Amino acid sequence: MHFIYMFLIMFGFWIVLSGKFDAFHITLGVISCLIVSFLSLDLFFHETKKKGRIAEVVRFLSYIPWLVKEIVLATIHVAFIALRPNVKDNIDPKVIMFKTRLKKDLSKVTFANSITLTPGTITIKVSDDEFYVHALTKKTAEGLPGEMEERVGKVFKEFGE
Amino acid sequence: MIIALTVLLTVTGFFFFFATTIGLIRFPDFYSRMHAAGKGDTLSSLLMLLGLAIYSLHHFSFGNFLVSLKIIFIMVFIFLASPTATHAIIDAGFESGVKPWTKEEERAEE
Repeated sequence: MHFIYMFLIMFGFWIVLSGKFDAFHITLGVISCLIVSFLSLDLFFHETKKKGRIAEVVRFLSYIPWLVKEIVLATIHVAFIALRPNVKDNIDPKVIMFKTRLKKDLSKVTFANSITLTPGTITIKVSDDEFYVHALTKKTAEGLPGEMEERVGKVFKEFGE
Repeated sequence: MIIALTVLLTVTGFFFFFATTIGLIRFPDFYSRMHAAGKGDTLSSLLMLLGLAIYSLHHFSFGNFLVSLKIIFIMVFIFLASPTATHAIIDAGFESGVKPWTKEEERAEE
């Protein structure tokens, strides 16, 4: 069953990337998709049957617009710091450490990448539940962990139903 | 209309590229430079690619639609890969003991 899913995903990609629909290219596509999905099947689909996967994807997609909004606001913030005179007076870099309440690996990865994506903060290190974050200004440091952790937790149902 | 939107998105992307490149030169140390280098790029390349994806729908045909779809795949890839690469570089710096620049340190030196 997994093999069929994998093959369909691969073949979808082939169609999009080739854009040709004659017999020759389709046959090539089918053959190479079969070989690739046979070889790399065990790299995908680590977890067996899990309910609520689709709902999770939907919640994740609804998290992205909020993240994009944050990215835009924060990029404007950093861009103006860079353009104003006296850079060194305007920034106050600090390495801060905090503990997260997130448990699952996937939600930690999402959270760490979201922190790095919003300008003004970069995740340096994640060990177990400790996050080391380099923050560019006081304003960006104050925002952590805060609302973002809350939202990532909701996406992956970390804090109970 | 589509052209205007494309120009707007691309110019905004250029502006952020410009600002973060200036930041890359002006910021005082490795870590704060990574802020400018790693992330202004994310937003600005996303904006510019979005502009190009919209532009290629100008003359609508199936081929152009596929081109837009491919550009959107590139955007998804950048969205995932850019923070990961930034994190890898900054973690390498942290592991090899690069000291972050702080305001207190600068005052102590004076």
